[in-house]
Amino acid sequence: MSRSRLTAGLVAGTAAALVLSACGGSDPLSSGGGDGDTIVVGSQDYYSNEIVAEIYAQALEAEGHDVDRQLRIGQREAYVPELESGDIDLFPEYTGPLLQYWEPKTKARLTDEVYTALEDATPDGLRVLDQADATDQDSYVVTRQFAEKWDLRTIADLAKVTEPLTLGANSEAENRPNGPKGLQDAYGVKADFAPIEDGGGPLTVKALKDDDVQLAIIYTADPSIKKNDLVSLEDPEGLFLASHVVPVASDDVDDDAAAVIDEVSAAMTTDALVDLNQRSVDEKLPAEKIAADWLAAQGLD
Amino acid sequence: MTWLQNNAAWVVELAWRHLLLALPAIAASVVLAVALGRVAHRRPRLRQPVLALASVVYAVPALPLLIVVPLVLSIPLRSPLTLVVALTLYGTALLVGTATDAFDSVDGQVRDAATATGHGRSALFWRVDLPLSVPVLISGVRVITVSTVSLVTIGALVGISSLGTLLTDGFQRGITSEVAIGVGVTMALALALDALVVVLGRVLTPWQPRRRSVRAPAPPELVR
Amino acid sequence: MSTFLDALAWILDPSSWGGSQGIAVRVAQHLAITVAAVLLAAVPAVPLGVLIGHTRRGRGVVVALAGAVRAVPTLGLLTLLALLLGVGVWAPLLALVALAVPSLLAGAYAGVESADPEAVDAARAMGMSERQIVRHVELPLGAGVLVGGFRAATLQVVATATLAAYTSDTGLGRYLFSGLKSRDYTLMLGGAILVALLALVLDRLLAVAQGRATGLARRTAADSRLGA
Repeated sequence: MSRSRLTAGLVAGTAAALVLSACGGSDPLSSGGGDGDTIVVGSQDYYSNEIVAEIYAQALEAEGHDVDRQLRIGQREAYVPELESGDIDLFPEYTGPLLQYWEPKTKARLTDEVYTALEDATPDGLRVLDQADATDQDSYVVTRQFAEKWDLRTIADLAKVTEPLTLGANSEAENRPNGPKGLQDAYGVKADFAPIEDGGGPLTVKALKDDDVQLAIIYTADPSIKKNDLVSLEDPEGLFLASHVVPVASDDVDDDAAAVIDEVSAAMTTDALVDLNQRSVDEKLPAEKIAADWLAAQGLD
Repeated sequence: MTWLQNNAAWVVELAWRHLLLALPAIAASVVLAVALGRVAHRRPRLRQPVLALASVVYAVPALPLLIVVPLVLSIPLRSPLTLVVALTLYGTALLVGTATDAFDSVDGQVRDAATATGHGRSALFWRVDLPLSVPVLISGVRVITVSTVSLVTIGALVGISSLGTLLTDGFQRGITSEVAIGVGVTMALALALDALVVVLGRVLTPWQPRRRSVRAPAPPELVR
Repeated sequence: MSTFLDALAWILDPSSWGGSQGIAVRVAQHLAITVAAVLLAAVPAVPLGVLIGHTRRGRGVVVALAGAVRAVPTLGLLTLLALLLGVGVWAPLLALVALAVPSLLAGAYAGVESADPEAVDAARAMGMSERQIVRHVELPLGAGVLVGGFRAATLQVVATATLAAYTSDTGLGRYLFSGLKSRDYTLMLGGAILVALLALVLDRLLAVAQGRATGLARRTAADSRLGA
């Protein structure tokens, strides 16, 4: 036996191990979308979005649809290509940020403008279903103490602050229209940027309280705003677009399935969304349980 | 601990996924490192290049590797294969030095005797070199087993779910117990597999004395 | 391939290097946190390793402990520390210290153990105290392996220090996270190349140091034979 056969054997062994891993591991994670009957539901790597996706999934299952869950994928830049390619069929989104993803220069700001513009901007093969009443949008947040010290009510009031400002947010905000650049362009307010990768989570709140940052981007439906007595600054110049929860669907989502999701959206108010988030953070329940309880309470289970 | 009560089933499922990602990577690392270690042992001229390449691979940070691997292999970003390939690269890089050492540790006289009694090249490898290198090899396999299991967690940063998901999810929701359980279960899994490797080593080398050898082999990261 | 070339072009572009977010500042931060982590880890790890190597006691316990530390997912430890300590450099620094400890410990005890037992016995016969044996015989003889521990620890820490950017605006990891979050693969790959280059430069420097230390070990061995 030659060495080459030995090497070939070892290479084959490695290949076998890798193939094995592909089969073994891909089962729960496969990109799916293969057979037309199964609806692939995705979600962002953000607990609140995951709960909404889980609600879609369970509502569909209750009506007899097959669902494949691809949850906690990541940020928009990661999953939108998968949506566009048809690997994912249904995704809870937010009208404003999604419109800005597809049309960075959009001038639309108000709820209906944004929704209409989004319908136009949505690429072929995808469509947006009815938007929910619930909004969850980025907002600039300061501590109550900081707001009182400088008498802040709107973002424009930040011009009164004479000490240097640092804005804390996920690193992608640095290059997005709602980051320091937008703040400068729309309000003429200068701020340094500190990336904190927890999506306005506990570390961001801690950074605000420790005065490591004075300004942070936190979603309006985040329960931590109320809990930590933070102040959301008003946005008269419309730096942030209206941002309602909206399902994005592929053609694999038929009218029957779309009707199920529309019913869910019709029931989802901002208070409901804050409540869902609160249960996740305070009661530490898994998304399935929170989703199931909510659907039952709405009579949609 | 409310969190654990509410989420026990999820933790078990994630631990299972974690295992499915770690085990193939560990197995592939061992096979590749043994093959490369054998080459480095037999061909002195290739020894330096092979070991140098290993340290280059080890110097690449893990996160970008998870982006580069799918680009090179043109597989989806979130494919579990991405993580398995990346972990295999690290595991192999870390183990190849020890594997080379392991073959070096085989007594040349034993090898000569085997050749004299008519063992061919292949038989020499499978029946002499490989079994006799096991004691040294095992020390390296233990290290890559533990480090691979703990490194699987970074897959959560690119959407490949494992126990690492508990770390990123707990971080966002500010549930410290969730993060702590993610860390604890990962460690438990790593140390359980480590114990399994030790047992496997004993089974494979029945001639070794049960008590630890007087001079334990050097830790693998020190072998270059 | 084109992404790779773009990344190289980004690195070679002088305008990428300047400013508070530039490569120069980030390389310096990365280097600083790496060196700080390895040195802080050495404070407990090296004396403990030397003690174990010299007395040949407690090795089992410490090896098991080092294994347990190795099993801690750095991302998890970092997250826990960040939740405790807030944003800033302390959480990643402490997580990296934990990462460096096992290799430093292994280098220290394996180094001291590698000293020729005959040389140690000879030194003892000459009336050296245990402290003198450690300082004048075992440490010089094991210096090569000891430096090897520093080399291994540094290589691990410099690559993992990229995670520091997860909770603080420190080091080259920032390029990786920004690139990851905005799918800017050029930036991400550029950052990765810089980290790998930094790692290789440090590794080469420490390899030279290791060579010198091994040379010292040989001279000491020769001296001790003459002395005996």
